[in-house]
Amino acid sequence: MNGTIEAPTIEYALLAPLLVVFGAAIVGVLVEAFAPRYLRSAIHLPLTLLSLAGAFALAVWQAVKGVPTQPAAMGAVAVDGPALFIWGTILILAFVSVLLIKDEEHFVGSAAAVPGSAEEEQSLVERATHTEVYPLLLFAVGGMLLFPAANDLLVAFVALEVMSLPLYLLCGLARRRRLLSQEAAVKYFLLGAFSSAFFLYGTALLYGFAGSVDLVKINQALGSVGGQDTLLYIGAAMLGVGLLFKIGAAPFQAWKPDVYQGSPTPITALMASGTLVAAFGALLRVFWVGLGGLDWDWRPVLYGVAILTMVVGAVLAITQTDIKRMLAYSSIAHGGFLLIGVIATGHTQAENTSALSGLLFYLVAYGFTTVGAFAVVTMVRDAGGEAWHLSRWAGLGKRSPLLAGVFAFFLLAFAGIPLTSGFFGKYAVFQAAVANGATPLVIIGVVASAVAAFFYVRVIVLMFFSDPAADGPSVVLPSRATAAVVGIAALATVVLGVYPQPVLDLAHTAAQSLFVR
Amino acid sequence: MPWLSTLMGVSVLGALGVTLVRNDKLAKQFTLVVSLIVLALTVAMAVQFSPNGDKFQFAETYDWIPAFGVHYGVAVDGIALVLILLSVILVPIVVLASWHDAEAGKRSVRTYFSLLLVLEAMMIGVFAATDVFLFYVFFEAMLIPMYFMIGSYGGAQRSYAAVKFLLYSLFGGLLMLVAVIALYSIAGKGTFMFTDLVGTIQDVTTQKWLFLGFFIAFAIKAPLWPFHTWLPDAAAQAPAGAAVLLVGVLDKVGTYGMLRFCLELFPDAAKFFTPLVITLSVIGIVYGAIVAIGQTDMKRLIAYTSVSHFGFIAMGVFAMTTSAGAGATLYMVNHGFSTGALFLIAGFLIYRRGSQFIADYGGVQKVAPILAGTFLVAGLSSLSLPGLSTFVSEFMVLTGTYQRYVVPAVIATVGVILAAIYILWMYQRTMNGPTAESVKSLPDLNAREKWVVAPLVALLLVFGFYPKPLLDVINPAVKDTLSSVSVTDPQPAVPVAQEGQ
Repeated sequence: MNGTIEAPTIEYALLAPLLVVFGAAIVGVLVEAFAPRYLRSAIHLPLTLLSLAGAFALAVWQAVKGVPTQPAAMGAVAVDGPALFIWGTILILAFVSVLLIKDEEHFVGSAAAVPGSAEEEQSLVERATHTEVYPLLLFAVGGMLLFPAANDLLVAFVALEVMSLPLYLLCGLARRRRLLSQEAAVKYFLLGAFSSAFFLYGTALLYGFAGSVDLVKINQALGSVGGQDTLLYIGAAMLGVGLLFKIGAAPFQAWKPDVYQGSPTPITALMASGTLVAAFGALLRVFWVGLGGLDWDWRPVLYGVAILTMVVGAVLAITQTDIKRMLAYSSIAHGGFLLIGVIATGHTQAENTSALSGLLFYLVAYGFTTVGAFAVVTMVRDAGGEAWHLSRWAGLGKRSPLLAGVFAFFLLAFAGIPLTSGFFGKYAVFQAAVANGATPLVIIGVVASAVAAFFYVRVIVLMFFSDPAADGPSVVLPSRATAAVVGIAALATVVLGVYPQPVLDLAHTAAQSLFVR
Repeated sequence: MPWLSTLMGVSVLGALGVTLVRNDKLAKQFTLVVSLIVLALTVAMAVQFSPNGDKFQFAETYDWIPAFGVHYGVAVDGIALVLILLSVILVPIVVLASWHDAEAGKRSVRTYFSLLLVLEAMMIGVFAATDVFLFYVFFEAMLIPMYFMIGSYGGAQRSYAAVKFLLYSLFGGLLMLVAVIALYSIAGKGTFMFTDLVGTIQDVTTQKWLFLGFFIAFAIKAPLWPFHTWLPDAAAQAPAGAAVLLVGVLDKVGTYGMLRFCLELFPDAAKFFTPLVITLSVIGIVYGAIVAIGQTDMKRLIAYTSVSHFGFIAMGVFAMTTSAGAGATLYMVNHGFSTGALFLIAGFLIYRRGSQFIADYGGVQKVAPILAGTFLVAGLSSLSLPGLSTFVSEFMVLTGTYQRYVVPAVIATVGVILAAIYILWMYQRTMNGPTAESVKSLPDLNAREKWVVAPLVALLLVFGFYPKPLLDVINPAVKDTLSSVSVTDPQPAVPVAQEGQ
């Protein structure tokens, strides 16, 4: 130290995908500020899609060029194999979700107007739109990219907030059922703020324990620092609460059905796919890298959480009568299945690789199917907007056999029937768990799968084996973008279900060296 | 020539083709032609099968998912071959029998026939799979077409029956999945190929757990008492054609699985659990028969008779003597034909009168003698009258079981007597006596229906007098299976009877 401060090194090339997304988001804000109202949509859409595609291309380019073995940005961001794989997944899913958002009927004209008031009426007449949706979404996606790559708890916290704050807003923008939407936004915000506080407090306590927020240093401190166990355990537990909340693991799952139901469906699709992928990435990194040496302590807790999550998700879904709430509980149950993969760590690197690659594959498979399922939900409408009540879906198989068939296929994929992507996802995770001695968990997992199959099948029964109601909902002719989303999702579900090898290989390569330390 | 892949490929392409045909009648004819082509190809394959050659013939093996050690591996031994033959013979018959079934509910006729062909491909696949994982995939995936066939085209309670069917089978299948994964992990061979996995699990406790995982799935599928409750619902609600395939072929996957996987992969566990399985089988034989007697609905009655018959098959499989094992395999085939005929003729009757209840009929014999006559033949076959094919198999199972387990064999013979009661009493109530008012104008079988029944009755008679061609194919395979369980027939061995002389 001779009076000079070393400038931190930032590997801009490594972080390029992040920078592109954040840059496009800021440009989007400028567009909102300066571009005339009628031009905004026309600028936003290509900007958003191009930036997502560009970021994806950059991520692929990095993966091809060679995965770095050192964390970037002074150890704050780890661009490693799993992170790149997760980035690619999130970017594709976000791209697909944007195609759904393009159909602007989903969003309210003026979010500030009181539901049912004259102002709202006025905004409808003016055909006002909230084009802020696009930059908000890009910020959220940027946060999703940074979150699983954060190698430092403070960066992780910032990423968590960057990801969550736009989503809180987006949740409240549904055009129809305004009150439900606003309720969703408030609920998500309040509970999300709580969970962020837990995360931050946990970070502070772990800093107190290890003297650093760097995940690697925390892990090193596990072996060397003594007498600070209280700080460590409480800190780790609080961090866990914050992360499990974002996943929607029981007992922190209560927000999910309300938020999924109230949000505009394209945003639900993004949350159910992108946020889940990002949160699992972060959870893995924190628990495997930061608290890897503590696994004897957190493993039994996560064991219990996984069981509870699977059971709660599968059982409560049975009683649902709303398609979006049902998909939300289904997402909770799948979160439980994914947690099995988090627990399935072994003693050797090969065992951990197989668990991690199984998990990554599951995330891809589940993400695509979920986006597809929500895309179908956007298309089944009646006079009051999307027809959410399950009874309204009766006989859909007769009115539009193709759409109902595709949706049934997605449901079978959720249920994990062979020859769909969902089966191999579950299989990969279960296999890793059995190999690492978590067989009882797998048995509970398959029982939960059987319970879950019941409510998926119930929807199929309704669609195909019941007679349509006289005033039943009609299926709107999908816009080309929506049709493309359903098509891509269905294709991914088939291909990953029949020939999963390429993606498994990719996941395996990504997981090969595990997370950088 | 990749025979087995060709068979499946033709069926799947046919299924796709049917969905493209715009005209319903053309779609039916197309389906019939496709199923006959598959039948012809299978026969062409079967004549090339050499009974005393390699255990598995017509083998094809390709990597499917190397990451999981999964292969696309198909081949047949004698047991699989006769079951595939059973399947492909039944399909064209079912197509012909279902000619008008799908029209009743104003539902897509083409979808029904397309599902039928998809199911055919999966039935071939499930018996031919030599990779345990591939077997599991077919085992689960074949539920879906059957689920839609019951749920969309069945009777009044169809959706309840379809869901019950699917959930029971799925649950069993998922338990099996755990066992499949554990088998892979514990064997540590990095492959799912059946032949590589045989003999890898030495620890008896592990074997027992894995055995249970497989066995419960198969016991639900077969179905064995007390896992049978889904079958009467599903079979009674399914359209007659689907019921034939459900009871005739799909359920055989359960007993086939016991013979192929439970016995060969886990020989010690199989021996340990034999008393339990034999007990369940005997209970099933007697229970199924007694409950069948009490049924008022013809299709439910036939379904319960099958519960009884599956008891015989499972008992034969686990008696672990050559005679019982070969008898059980032959029983699987014969039961498919005899129960298939019963379901189809009952289906014709129900289609005419619009009721499944026995009480709504009476004296049908006078107005529709051919229908009644063929129904009687099918029924007599079901109660194992000598001269009809099921007698041979039932006799072999009983003598084979007697060699090792005297008391169960004796109790099981009660089932034979009860069978006479349920069949003949049903026949008496529906066909004999004064002609009921409602059936006075019932037409007899038409030409199409005669074409459906004739091959089945012919097969019942032919194999009743001359089962040798089937037994020649089955015996070496069963002997091989039992040798890998390392059991020998008890001494002094009763020579395998030359049945049907």
